[in-house]
Amino acid sequence: MDKLIISPAPHIHGGDSIEKNMRGVIIALIPALLVGFYFFGLGALIVTLVSVISCVLFEYLIQRFLLKTEPTITDGSAVITGLLLAMNLPSNIPFWMVILGALFAIGVAKMSFGGLGNNPFNPALAGRVFLLISFPVAMTSWPVPSPLTTSYLDAQTGATALSILQGSDLDIPAITDLLIGKMGGSLGEISAIAILIGFIYLLVKKIISWHIPISILVTVALFTGILHGSNPAAFASPMFHLLTGGLLLGAVFMATDYATSPMNPRGMIIYGIGIGIITVVIREFGAYPEGVSFAILIMNAFTPLINKYVKPRRFSK
Amino acid sequence: MKTFRIGGIHPEENKLSAGQRIKTITLPERVVIPLAHYSGRPSNAVVKRGDQVKVGQLIGKADGYVSANVHSSVSGKVAKVDVQLDASGYKRPAVFIDVEGDEWLETIDLTPDIERKCHFSKEEILTKIQSAGIVGLGGATFPAHVKLSPPPGKKAEVLIINAVECEPYLTCDHQLMMEKGEEILVGVTILMKVLEVKKAVIGIENNKKDAVEHLSKIAQSYPGISVEPLKVRYPQGGEKQLIDAILKRQVPSGKIPIEVGAVVMNVATTFAVYEAVQKEKPLIERVMTISGKDVKKPGNYLVRLGVYLSEVVKQTGGVPKGTGKIIGGGPMMGRSLMNLDVPMAKGSAGIVFVNEKEALRKKDKNCIRCAKCVTVCPMGLEPYLLMNQSEREMWIEMERNRVMDCIECGSCSYTCPSNRPLLDYIRYGKSTVGLRIRKRQTEKV
Ligand code: SF4
Ligand code: SF4
Repeated sequence: MDKLIISPAPHIHGGDSIEKNMRGVIIALIPALLVGFYFFGLGALIVTLVSVISCVLFEYLIQRFLLKTEPTITDGSAVITGLLLAMNLPSNIPFWMVILGALFAIGVAKMSFGGLGNNPFNPALAGRVFLLISFPVAMTSWPVPSPLTTSYLDAQTGATALSILQGSDLDIPAITDLLIGKMGGSLGEISAIAILIGFIYLLVKKIISWHIPISILVTVALFTGILHGSNPAAFASPMFHLLTGGLLLGAVFMATDYATSPMNPRGMIIYGIGIGIITVVIREFGAYPEGVSFAILIMNAFTPLINKYVKPRRFSK
Repeated sequence: MKTFRIGGIHPEENKLSAGQRIKTITLPERVVIPLAHYSGRPSNAVVKRGDQVKVGQLIGKADGYVSANVHSSVSGKVAKVDVQLDASGYKRPAVFIDVEGDEWLETIDLTPDIERKCHFSKEEILTKIQSAGIVGLGGATFPAHVKLSPPPGKKAEVLIINAVECEPYLTCDHQLMMEKGEEILVGVTILMKVLEVKKAVIGIENNKKDAVEHLSKIAQSYPGISVEPLKVRYPQGGEKQLIDAILKRQVPSGKIPIEVGAVVMNVATTFAVYEAVQKEKPLIERVMTISGKDVKKPGNYLVRLGVYLSEVVKQTGGVPKGTGKIIGGGPMMGRSLMNLDVPMAKGSAGIVFVNEKEALRKKDKNCIRCAKCVTVCPMGLEPYLLMNQSEREMWIEMERNRVMDCIECGSCSYTCPSNRPLLDYIRYGKSTVGLRIRKRQTEKV
């Protein structure tokens, strides 16, 4: 007892850390990743590895040589950006495009704003949209699922369920295929069940709350339900909308990104409803078959405003 | 099971001294009795050097209404009246007494018999409580007679007894309930008489099942008094949280419990009221917990006011090896002590030893905007925002974001995964905003 530490209360800490939260998200992503690896084989693996490695490397290099600050790559957030970016890409995309996407995600969307916690837009989504605008063809030719295939760039491509909806008269896949993920699409978005397992894990570990994902899903279900009810021939069923495209992946993993989503339950619900509405509008009335990424990025832009005006439920109003 | 409705955390309970019978600390050669309490004005010394005093004799007279009398906790000779560094970290007036024997005032009833019937009128009881120097023993040390006299036009409906003891480690209230259950219930009836209420609820967190059972059984013969087991959740011992948990009423911002018809009294205070009214015994001692993960025999001790904490620690096994921090009070809201040479005061509920490893704060990192601090705040505030605004000295915005509502429970700092010193900054902002508000009010008058 030579020296006593004097500091203000509280004198204990719960032991939560950035690393713990990030590790939790990575664990929650594993089921969806595994399904991706299974249905898209080698290509999925290559794209994922390239994406993760480039994200981590870019973050390290930028912090070390450009910003000259202590690299924070061990916190796991760059790994998550890498994983999420990969999961939003088709598995047959050339790897140099992946590297470009990673550079945009980390360099532009994250580090130029001050790194973790300060970025206004979800880095992985920013990377994805950057690629979508730059390389629209590569970004929208989806390999058909073929278990444990070893093909990568030469993978056979086909339509996604959503693009079928947009006009072509191919058969709509069965609901069971949609649930397990036997359909074309980005490599991490296909299996509803895998993503829901991740969702439950995140909830149990209290890494995210239910507000954002549930309000998105409920909004999409209601909105598409009304449309479908009014004209079943022109509009697909809510079930179909919920299980296809990146909706679940986006709702559970992208829209809940800490830095870019609102800071209290009320704000989160408003934000989720916004994402739901914009998604359906783009899907049903827009030029793109898929609208989740854009919807989330648009609502990211509203997050500061929501935080400013939507306050948490105060004690005694 | 009931609990409060907004925020809250569940820190490791570490009630290591639970079930340890209350032991009495032997009297040292000298005591230093503080005349000042953490809240309220210090009392004025009415003894001087050379005076002989007995246990229970008045030595400090309350200075005004929001102040409390102080009595000698020992018999002996006054050595001096001087300033003394106390647990709050300030030097404040105190009476130094050299102990001689243990001679009590004759008026004090020292028999162990329980006096169940209270023959006094409301006014007589209030006077007794006031002259016995009773203050809230839960930590805030606010004079009890003030709390028991609702402002004109306000009427209490329910008396709530705070037996939550939600701070980790502390068990003194728990043990007191186990050993003095009947006395506490008599104390409750006395308080009910003062407040003219027909209903009292004793709120106990459910990690003290034995106390819930014990008091429920005794309460059967006391009409109007019930025991409410509460779901374990910090900071349930906060007045506003406890009222919300039990009555589902939320005390408005900036108001006191009487606004929703409630008066809250700590359970140890209730016991002190019993002793003051039924036994004529002023507040001269209290139970405290000595605990910590490396403490060999954590326990609950009856300590006279003014005994140096170093003396208490010496008699209870000494300072454990590797201690990095000593907390006066609980780990969530207590103060870290500079040393143990401070006197036992009315608000001292415990000493907790923390080892070097746990005592060190981790380096803080960027706010990752995870919103966890918002989720846990029991007042529905945005700690991350208040800290930012405090750093930038944005006092007007802080006031608008209701910084004055902060109860300084520490749940936000406890939770933050980036180890941000949220409460440090919020406290700074709160005191500055508080000063600004007071200045504004005086200018208006
Ligand atoms: S210390 Fe204040 S701001 Fe932090 S959780 Fe408690 S009441 Fe909320
Ligand atoms: S808990 Fe910490 S990291 Fe999370 S929002 Fe609050 S201050 Fe930021």
